[in-house]
Order: sequence, then C-alpha cells, then structure tokens
Amino acid sequence: MSRAQRIRDDEAARTWTGGYRPYDLVKEASIAFGVVLALAVGLTILFSSPDERSSTIKSWSRTAPVDFVTTAVSELDGSSGLAGYGPPYNHASEGQHIAFIHLAKWFGVNIAIDAARDLVLAPLRSIYGQPALQTAITRYQAASAKQQAAWTTAYTDALNKATVGAGGSVSVPAGDYGPVSTMMASLLSFAQSGGLDGALLTNKQFYATDYTKALLFMADGGVLTNRAQAEDLLGGQWGMMNETGSYPGQVWLWLYTFWYQIKPFSTSANGDILVMAVMAALSLGLVLVPFLPGVRSLPRRIPIYRLIWREHYRSLESVDAVSAAEHPMPPPAAHLSG
Amino acid sequence: MSASAERSWTVRLRRRAVAALPPEKLLPDGQPTYVASWIYVFGVLSLASLASIILSGTILALKGPTWWHVSSIGHFFNSIHLWSVELFFFFMVIHLWGKYWMAAWRGGRKRVWITGAVTFLVAVPCALTGYVSQQNFDAQWISTQAKDAFNAVGLGGFFNLMNFGQMYSYHILLLPLAVVGLVIAHVLLVRKHGVVPPLELEQKLEAASRGTDPHRSS
Repeated sequence: MSRAQRIRDDEAARTWTGGYRPYDLVKEASIAFGVVLALAVGLTILFSSPDERSSTIKSWSRTAPVDFVTTAVSELDGSSGLAGYGPPYNHASEGQHIAFIHLAKWFGVNIAIDAARDLVLAPLRSIYGQPALQTAITRYQAASAKQQAAWTTAYTDALNKATVGAGGSVSVPAGDYGPVSTMMASLLSFAQSGGLDGALLTNKQFYATDYTKALLFMADGGVLTNRAQAEDLLGGQWGMMNETGSYPGQVWLWLYTFWYQIKPFSTSANGDILVMAVMAALSLGLVLVPFLPGVRSLPRRIPIYRLIWREHYRSLESVDAVSAAEHPMPPPAAHLSG
Repeated sequence: MSASAERSWTVRLRRRAVAALPPEKLLPDGQPTYVASWIYVFGVLSLASLASIILSGTILALKGPTWWHVSSIGHFFNSIHLWSVELFFFFMVIHLWGKYWMAAWRGGRKRVWITGAVTFLVAVPCALTGYVSQQNFDAQWISTQAKDAFNAVGLGGFFNLMNFGQMYSYHILLLPLAVVGLVIAHVLLVRKHGVVPPLELEQKLEAASRGTDPHRSS
C-alpha cells in the first residue's frame, strides 16, 4: 500500500457520514453483564476454583526431615541457592545481565538476607531456655571459616546416610561435626513444632505479612518443587502459566512461558532477563502497532475485514449496482479501438 | 456570560468536556450501520467481565483475604472472581485481535488502540498479584518461580512477589485503579471518535487515489 493510500485510508476513517441505526447502549451493556455473570456462575458451579493448602516449614520438616536439615545446612554454609543468589538479596553474585546491561546489579540489594544469619542462626538464637544450644551456636560462630566448612561438609555428607527416627528426628553416623549436629537437631525440633514458620516472618513486630524468608528457605529445599512436579507446574512443564488441578491458569502468559521452553532461553544462565527483554520488546510493539510499518498494513493485505464488514460491503455493492445501471460506464478505450 | 465566569477553571473544564463529548456522543442512541458483526460484542463483554471481577472482588475484600479458604460462600465468590478473570482475558484478547484486523487506529484513533493495548498489559500483573495473594500452594509456587524474572530486571526489590501485604495492596487497589482508569479513558476515546468505519475496498481506494470512480469515470 502506498503512503498516499494509507493517508487516504486514515482520513476516510475520521468521520462517518453514512447512515445510522437505532441502538440502546445501556440495554446492550446490561445484557452483556447478565450473560457474563451467568457464564461465571455456571463455570463456578461446574468447576469451582482450586485451593490446595499451602506448605509450611512445620509440615515440610515433619514429612521430609532429612531434606529440611540438608537445606538448613546449605543455608548455614552458604551453598544454597539463596546464599549464592545475588541482588536483591545479597552480593554473592552480580545477578543476570544482557551484554553490558546489569539491571539487577544496578538496582542493588534491597531485600538484604544473610542466609546463615537470618534463616538459621537468628532463629536458633531465639529459642529460649536451651543453654547447650546457645553454647553450640557461640562455638560455631567463634570458629574459623575453614573449621565451619569442615563441620558442615562432613555433616552434609553424613546426611546421605541419615535415618529418620521415631518422632521425626534425624540420625547420622558418628563423625566430627562440631556444634553443627546440635544446632541442626534443635532447628529441626523448632521447625517441627511450628516455631520456625513464625521466626522467619521478616518484620520484627507483632503484625507481619512478608513471607520472603520463609518462602526462599522452602524454595531451596524440595518441598515446593516436589509438589509442583506432581501437579505439572515446573518451568519445563509450562508451569508458570498453570495452576493446580485442571484449571486454565494464567493462559495469557503463554507467550512469556513459551520462551522458557526453547534455546537459548531454556539453557542460558541469563534466561530470565532475556525472556523479559523479548517480552518488553513485544509489548512495546503491541502498543505501537499503529506506527509500525508492515504490521499496521497487514489488516489491509489479509482481508479479514471483508468478513467483519461483509454486510456493509454487500449493501455498497447493491448501491453501486443501482448506480451503475443509472450511469452506465463508457466502454474501455482498448475495446473502442479494437 | 460574566467576566468572572469566563475566568472560572470549572466553567472552562465543563466547556471543554461538553465540546469533546456532548451527551449524545457519550450515551448515543444510534450506531453506524456498519456496526453489524459479532466481533463488536467482545468489547462490551470485556467491560461486563471487568464489572463482574470488581463486584466479586469487592465481596471478597469485605470479608478479608482468608475468608474464602474457610467458607463455602467465600469459595463460591472466589470462583466467580476467578472465572470472571478468565472470561475478561478471553474476551479482551478476541476484542484486541478483532480491532487489529479492522485497523481500528485509523482516523485519529491511535490513542484508542494504545489505551486498549496498555490496559491488556496492565491487567497481566493485576492478575498475577491476585494469583500470589491467594495464600495457598499456588501462591507459594507462582511467587517463588516468578520472582526470578522480576529480580533479573532489578524490580524484585521493589515489587516483591513473596511479600503478601505488598501484593495484596497492588491487587485490590493500585493495579485495579490503573486498569479501571485506562478502561475509562479507552471508552471515552471510543465515544469521542466513534467506532472506526470499514476499510475502503481496494478498487475504490485505487480509483480514488487516481481521482476516478469505477462507476463514475468520465
């Protein structure tokens, strides 16, 4: 389509000078609301909505105590996902980037979390009336980094041979774990009683609504992942747009989720920022469709509009046919000369 | 009109508003004859779904965020809320596609398209904050998974999906305000400019650009 044609197309659409028909806007809106409400009620009666109970650290530590303790030790020795995450939680890494664009690093650490201190040591320190535990914590904190690593590494290895005793306690073969075994036994007991769920609520006041620490701790273990896998919710299962049960979920995120299924997004260490960049560009494209050459001309080239306005064009054809009968066209010049 | 009335900001605002949208344009009782397709229904169905979302969400908000977990009536209204959201996106996507194939930005209607597209984009995080405010396993899983995308672009520290209080505020106030504001702007722009007229058929367009008409050539 030429520029002149596009401009004419644009100008021709500015004002409608043709006919009108009666229309009741309020009536149409009322009927539409009734239809939508009926549909929503019908779907509610048929399918309800999902509400799988949330996992708690209490339930996790009771049903999978070895996984819980393994995760806790990884938080203590700095080998967990959170401990090495980077911004906005800590400075352990620079976060994801595209070329020279380090947005995570530039925005910095805004939710500072020290995995060892906030998820393990501080909750243990809050346990009242256990002098042996407090002594163990003091001993651990006073030890050199090398000694701490030796204890936690030995304990982590031993957890591979751990057994779960009556009451959900975890037993490991004898070894040199320093104060770590005492600390972990106390943390497990604290978690199984439900105390750690409350201790990890971020705010230091009575009312709290921030579950960041508790969720990050659980996300480092297997408690959420195992449930998600059973519900087909993992990233490789298009899980980001799904929800538990057979519900449509956030289907509008299909394109966002799609990128995670293909390379390079699925294998890149910077996959998240790459996907966000692609979606930002596509979103901008959606908003700017009227200005994008090619994209804005596609509706003219693929004539779906003929289907949408078929009655209008049909009425024009009948008007044109009458007009042509009243004002017949002269024959083309080529015919005359022939 | 007195000089003081001429200087009145209120009078000036009223004049501009009435000039841009006189009552017969704001609430028309006539529609151009070309508005005769099922595709036109999806705009008003999107609006109706939004009304249903707000109504059911208001009922849920009246009783607080934990009500629907412990009450069958609460669960019923949560389900209405969920399905209204699903319908809203379904109708809105069809509406957007329909308007794309109509090239509905023609004739000075670019802002109509832009407000519609931005509404869709703002509705996505509005729904996401609802999913992470559910206080159930879905909320736990979605928040811990989606955080990485926000963290990767540096927004996670300001828009923390695992902070229930923050997400609930965004979901029931800030983002709905944005969506409703955009929808109001979108609808007023539609009323101001009218529904986009049909594309002219190729032969007419070409004839017109040559200064001729296929049935009236001299």
